Amino acid sequence: MPSVTRQPFRTAVLVLVWGWLLFLVLAPNLLVVGASVMTRDPGTFIALPLNLDAYRQLFDPLYLEVFLHSLYMAAMTTLVCLLVGYPFAWALSKLGKQRQLLLIFLLIVPFWTNSLVRTYALKMLLATNGLINSALMSLGWIDEPIQMLYTEGAVIIGLVYLLLPFMILPLYSVFDDLRQELLMASHDLGAGRLATFIHVIVPLTLPGVLAGVMLVLLPAMGLFFVPDILGGSRNLLVGNVIKNQFLDARNWPFGAAASIVLTITMAILMLAHRLSKQRLGEGGAG
Amino acid sequence: MKKTLLSLSNLSKQFDGKNVLDSLNLDIYDGEFITLLGPSGCGKTTLLRLMAGFEHPDAGTITLAGQDLTGTPPEHRPLNTVFQHYALFPHMSVFDNVAYGLKMEKRPKEEIRERVDEALAMVQLQDFKGRKPHQLSGGQQQRVAIARAVVKRPRLLLLDEPLSALDYKLRRTMQGELKRLQRELGITFVFVTHDQEEALSMSDRVVVLKDGEVQQLGTPREVYERPANLFTARFVGETNFFPGEVESIHDSAITVDVFGLKRTLRRPDFPVRPGQPLHVLLRPEDIRVLDPADAQGVAGKIIERNYKGSTLDSVIQLEDGSEVLASEFFDEDDPAFDYRLGEPVKVSWVDGWEWLLPEEADESVHEDALTDA
Amino acid sequence: MTRWLPRVYLVLVYLMLYVPIGVLVVFSFNDSRSGYTWGGLSLRWYQSLFHNNAMVEAMWNSLWLALSAATVSTIIGALTALALHRYRFRAKKVLNGMLFVVMMSPEIVLAISLLALFLLVGIQLGYLSLLLAHVTFCLPFVVITVMARLSGFDESLPEAARDLGASDFTMTRTVLIPVIMPALLAGWLLGFTLSLDDVVVSTFVSGPSYEILPLRIYSMVRVGLKPEVNALGTLLLVFSLVMLMLSQWILIRSKR
Repeated sequence: MPSVTRQPFRTAVLVLVWGWLLFLVLAPNLLVVGASVMTRDPGTFIALPLNLDAYRQLFDPLYLEVFLHSLYMAAMTTLVCLLVGYPFAWALSKLGKQRQLLLIFLLIVPFWTNSLVRTYALKMLLATNGLINSALMSLGWIDEPIQMLYTEGAVIIGLVYLLLPFMILPLYSVFDDLRQELLMASHDLGAGRLATFIHVIVPLTLPGVLAGVMLVLLPAMGLFFVPDILGGSRNLLVGNVIKNQFLDARNWPFGAAASIVLTITMAILMLAHRLSKQRLGEGGAG
Repeated sequence: MKKTLLSLSNLSKQFDGKNVLDSLNLDIYDGEFITLLGPSGCGKTTLLRLMAGFEHPDAGTITLAGQDLTGTPPEHRPLNTVFQHYALFPHMSVFDNVAYGLKMEKRPKEEIRERVDEALAMVQLQDFKGRKPHQLSGGQQQRVAIARAVVKRPRLLLLDEPLSALDYKLRRTMQGELKRLQRELGITFVFVTHDQEEALSMSDRVVVLKDGEVQQLGTPREVYERPANLFTARFVGETNFFPGEVESIHDSAITVDVFGLKRTLRRPDFPVRPGQPLHVLLRPEDIRVLDPADAQGVAGKIIERNYKGSTLDSVIQLEDGSEVLASEFFDEDDPAFDYRLGEPVKVSWVDGWEWLLPEEADESVHEDALTDA
Repeated sequence: MTRWLPRVYLVLVYLMLYVPIGVLVVFSFNDSRSGYTWGGLSLRWYQSLFHNNAMVEAMWNSLWLALSAATVSTIIGALTALALHRYRFRAKKVLNGMLFVVMMSPEIVLAISLLALFLLVGIQLGYLSLLLAHVTFCLPFVVITVMARLSGFDESLPEAARDLGASDFTMTRTVLIPVIMPALLAGWLLGFTLSLDDVVVSTFVSGPSYEILPLRIYSMVRVGLKPEVNALGTLLLVFSLVMLMLSQWILIRSKR
């Protein structure tokens, strides 16, 4: 079967793939960028006069406070994930290969289970008359229940609970790649445990740290259902603001501007990640 | 007498209940180039790691110039390692890699720069200071690894199969360079390899190891020409083993029956009695291939011939089916010097070039050890 | 001490991850109305779940959506992976980059961009909008899974097939598809699970005509505790576990 026409199958595949991505990825994103510089309109959502009002509105003290609070909670979430995940990934990478595979499997099970349901499960534990409070009271450690639900802490716990595997997996991958020989070389050259950690382990695991931060920090600003379930009305995420603006207040330019801020944050993190990999001579230009 | 620098006594190490080193003793002299040679799994790398401090012995002591090092962590031992895969820090430049050890000693900046420059000049890499390891070739990475280790001026340099990742030609060059460096620096080198040719050509002394035990310790020449046992004979170089039987014993000679030939050979160091079977060892280059009409020698026929450039290697099958490897230099007077396959010949050797070894109880075990390697 | 300390730590973290799930499962069999006290073993919440018509309908809707989204994204994703692997074309990097951006960007950004598109183009919010959105966010995961499989196989196989006279299409059907089959199955299962669990994107692009399970759960758990959610969560958990084990089994088996 000599192909006379120039690979019609190839053309069909490329048209389908490009069509899909252009229509459902590129076009919508351009639309959001466009919307962010337009004017709010109750009927058609956006109208013409181009302006930067939406971006200006981001600096409105009312929203700025929400954003900063969200950023703070996301940063805390990321920090906790890093502090928990770093030693975890390290310890994991030191186990036998077979056991590592099993434990990694156990780590991705939650990723495959409904995050709403898991957030709800957390609520059962944290509620005022929930299991943790009842357990502590029956042990006699506390006299009256601690308010855990609907606090900033609850939101952070919920985000950590959902996002921890996303921090651990990239960290595990860099620890798994960390050659034992390099640590031995460091000791051999006169470095103790602390010096080896600072000069060798930390720089070599940095790409994993940044990848983990990227995978945790951004969702930690967007997962609006976590504060909805655990946080009450005072602990909102950027995600809640975007959702409210788009679905309730119908202020598209403002919601779009907020989401662009998220995207820019993502771009910066991705750039940092790539640079850190290039420093190790892995990333290259690709 | 030479001064002992590092002394290992009664070192034992087990992994998962298996003896890797069994009560090993070894004295390493100051300034020598000593090679640990053996098949994989013989314990040579473990021995090196014990010296470096990455492993701790189950029993025994390590002393360096009289100072007990057994419990000292690697960072406090005055010796350095060149790792098999170099173990260069990928995130640091060549300069920072070499400077690492000096920074750990908290040397002044000026001194660090001078000593790093000096070390890099020694390995001809002064122009590569700013590069990252991944921008270097294998041979250059190797040099950085060496510079990084010697810049600390260790008493002893441990090299763990440092040339195994290089191609043949580069390996030969680096062998020469390592010898030169060792001479210039006057540092004791402990070199690990499984390549017997490398071991013979580079070392002052060779330690042949098997199953965590020293099989032989001696100069390359001793190890090659006077192997202590069958294992060493088989592992170091090619060897023909002829079965012999002691006929009669004289003051400094014995008469041995080899394939029906009565040869009078030098009396060996081990005790012999008439009727005792023993091995007559002959290196391929000691074998003489003679005309079939020759009165001396064992009859056989050529079954394989390989032209090797400077030598002609041939395999001769004897009448009892055993095969003999012969390696002959070209005879300049006879340009047509060659054999046909199947050509009948006789093989012999010059008396005194053979080496005698007694039969060993577990000879089959040696064969296994070799095939594993 | 240095030996057991890391292990104790690992165990603690796993406890943290699994205790809430365990509590959920245990309490799904709780007879008590209150979410906090144990009232004996019972299946009443499972029963009430299946007697709730709206709930059952949402389940079917979700299942159908996940099935179709997984299938469509597997087909398109596999073709994309094949194109990226086999063909040289301009802007290959751009295509790769777009997939990467979809995977990395916060779900909420994808959600609002799709909502804006659907509303402006005039696509009714319902099954179609959900399908398009779900396929889009599943796509990169399928592509990665298939690419990983393709990168590990002998480059000369397609060439051998072409050399023996197969057309591009025939070669793809007879050589490439069988080779990437395990990855297709694993990618499908991943897409199915992602679709079934998605809350963020669905919140934006679904309409009242087509209610799906995660959104129903969302509206239930926003206020107070609903014991039915325990039962539903347990069912979803078991379902996801089966899917995950299936996909791991397929991937591991294919490596032999």
